[in-house]
Amino acid sequence: MLNFFKNKTSQLPDFWDRYAKSFENKISEQIDDLTFVVLDTETTGFDFSKDRILCIGAIKLKNQQIEIKNGFEVYVKQDVYSNETAKIHGILKNDPEALVSELEALEQFLNYIENNILIAHHANFDLTMINNALLRHNLPALKNKYLDTSDLFKKTLIQSNLLNKKAHYSLDEIADKYAISKKDRHTAMGDAYITAIIFLKILFKLREKKAVTLKQLFK
Amino acid sequence: MKNTISQRVADFLKNYPPFNGLKNSVLQSLSEEVTIIYKEKDSIVFSEKEAGHDHFYVVHKGAIALAKAGITTIVDLCDEGDIFGLRPLMANENYELEAKAQEESILYAIPIEIFKPLALENKAVGNFLIESFASNTRNPYSKSHRGKLYSENTADVEVTNSELKLLDLQNVPYSKKIISCSPRTTAKKIAELMTQKKIGAILVVKEKLPVGIITDKDLRNKIVTGQFPITTAASKIMTSPVITYPKTLTVTQAQMAMMKSNISHLCLTKDGTPNTKAIGILSKHDVMVSLGNNPAVLIKAIKRVKKIKSLKPIRSSIMELLKGYLADNIPMTIIAKIISELNDACIKQVISLSLEKMKTPPPTNFAWLTLGSQGRSEQMLHTDQDNALIFEDVPEELLPKTTEYFLEFSNLVTKKLNYIGYEYCPAEMMASNPQWCLSLSEWKKTTSHWIINPGTDEVLLSSIFFDYNAVYGDTSLATRLSDHIFYTVQKYPIFFVHLAKGALQNPSPTGFFRQFLVEQDGAHKDSFDVKNRALRPLTDAARVLILSHHIKSINNTSERFEKLAELEPNNREIYLACSYASKALLKFRTKQGIAHNDSGRYINLDTLSKEEKIKLKRTFKTIKEIQELVTLRFQLKSM
Repeated sequence: MLNFFKNKTSQLPDFWDRYAKSFENKISEQIDDLTFVVLDTETTGFDFSKDRILCIGAIKLKNQQIEIKNGFEVYVKQDVYSNETAKIHGILKNDPEALVSELEALEQFLNYIENNILIAHHANFDLTMINNALLRHNLPALKNKYLDTSDLFKKTLIQSNLLNKKAHYSLDEIADKYAISKKDRHTAMGDAYITAIIFLKILFKLREKKAVTLKQLFK
Repeated sequence: MKNTISQRVADFLKNYPPFNGLKNSVLQSLSEEVTIIYKEKDSIVFSEKEAGHDHFYVVHKGAIALAKAGITTIVDLCDEGDIFGLRPLMANENYELEAKAQEESILYAIPIEIFKPLALENKAVGNFLIESFASNTRNPYSKSHRGKLYSENTADVEVTNSELKLLDLQNVPYSKKIISCSPRTTAKKIAELMTQKKIGAILVVKEKLPVGIITDKDLRNKIVTGQFPITTAASKIMTSPVITYPKTLTVTQAQMAMMKSNISHLCLTKDGTPNTKAIGILSKHDVMVSLGNNPAVLIKAIKRVKKIKSLKPIRSSIMELLKGYLADNIPMTIIAKIISELNDACIKQVISLSLEKMKTPPPTNFAWLTLGSQGRSEQMLHTDQDNALIFEDVPEELLPKTTEYFLEFSNLVTKKLNYIGYEYCPAEMMASNPQWCLSLSEWKKTTSHWIINPGTDEVLLSSIFFDYNAVYGDTSLATRLSDHIFYTVQKYPIFFVHLAKGALQNPSPTGFFRQFLVEQDGAHKDSFDVKNRALRPLTDAARVLILSHHIKSINNTSERFEKLAELEPNNREIYLACSYASKALLKFRTKQGIAHNDSGRYINLDTLSKEEKIKLKRTFKTIKEIQELVTLRFQLKSM
């Protein structure tokens, strides 16, 4: 996994070790006993190499409950900035609201997520963004297992030749479908919340048909 | 920590008592402590006798039913913004009622530890807790307990206002939007206004005080008879003085007042005398609605609905009506007719409200079709919505725009239908799907393709179009489409063979030893699928048989069998048995659905009595016989 030489030259910070160590504890196999971390990021754009994370929002979901005070929201100080995406998320460059450095944000984030399963909508995007940030600070990629609500949603649709499934379902489309209020859309935490509710609804839909194990969700 | 979600919670709570009495900063910090809980339909929040939780609950989305365990009557139904489970926590007692999610719900759980000091400190909150405000109820389920924080203890004799225990003593809901005219307005103007506003009475107001009332009856007796010309001023024909009451009038009082003075409308004023401003008008109709359930009243209520939200309580009333009918053992044919009439009226209203929401009127004629069980008038409970839209052909260059318009429109309608309780169709068989929202010639093309290339899917699809019901718009579009389908089917008789084959593909209800066959796995493991194993075979058989007789105007399964009995006297007995069986099974399913608040499709066999099981099994024999008949008729054995 880790390059031996690299490991020697650059000692990984303590917070990473703590994070990596948390994986020594096995997580439960029962969906209702698990804590899921549902997250979303706001970024300066969609280019994995050029663009940067402006905000990470996440909430913890356990046994169909979300404790608000256990939410996670961090705004990141960045030099890269785009006026185009600012129109979407409304985060101004160096917004005074509790800005922290990227490394500090990653530290807080890793402390928060520990070994829990991550959930995001189009998870690949958010996780690649985070992994690239980790890489910039010479840190390895995230070790967590993750679920993508866009993929899970497709499992709720009937298997039928009569139905043309789309390759992707956007957060807006699914939120509309499930009549979830789209207030706070395009704030990282607001989107994380919408994603969490979508995940719960999907789980319910799937369970209605058949008992669902964690393994099946990852299939 | 203040964050986006706590902000969202605070924004919601501030709209509802007692939180609206809290200072913003206090509400903020309270919201930060909230836990958001997702409850699946039918899951329990707390059960009777359970020790109090650390939290009480506010309904954010959905509905929670409070009931005594073991008794099916719901004591209270809490919806958005309602609080429940607080009283036992304040009094350090166990829960007296069971709280169960009536539908999928999202709850905000507020820690009592943090809320209690607020309640004691803040007068507005404290007062709210003491006051019972059952008076503003419109909920048919609630006898008297709705909205009262202290109400969860049914045995509680301390209920501050013991009067509130009777339904009839509730304050009556009245229309607050008063339509009025001046004493000088002409009769013609008044009639126009009343027609436009769809009201039966108008208040005559002078300097904001009510001086008289004019009803339909006044217009009939005084104008239409020729006694007065239509240019007569209101003051000449109005009934005066107006009979006024305070707004705290109860349902019973209102009824008595109307009977006493033999009038159909009461005027409610600020202090109850004609010397203060009128604040509302109360019609006999309002009284009827609050008294309860009667199809005529409900239809009227549906047609008057201006906001989708008001359809929800009406839908619950329809369910109450259905329950009453089933309990009274009224024949299923009649029940089915009335209930589907009411359901159709709801859908119609949803469609016309959606049309009003569109920026422009429809570019051309269209018809809204309900398909499947709804199309066959067999949908009693809230099941999935299956629908489609046909619009009149337009010149090719206009087609994309027209399609776009109707798709947007259909999206609106399906969303609203979902809101009032129709689940989305999991197979996307809905007009909001571009494949189900087509012009007439596009539909003709699609259906021809299905009929000429009858694979399993195609047969299934085209069969849907034999069971439609055009509920709204230009029904001739639908007729033209089915004419086309019939014409095509005649040319490809092999289609019937496929249709018949499809009708025999349902899983068998009983095994070799005549035992019930139950589901092997999944959430419904060990329960009996009455839809697929019993109702479907009958529906499918009825369809293929009636179509082979070229009869297309009958959709209902039991009616189809009755018609078949008439057409084929030698098979009369078996057809009548089928007709009976389909009614019996429908009733079975409906009762099960009501008992379990679901679609009634899966039956837990342990809950059936011996007699019910025998009844159910008797219908299986009929199913077997009709399937044999279909096999012979279409010579499926030799294929």
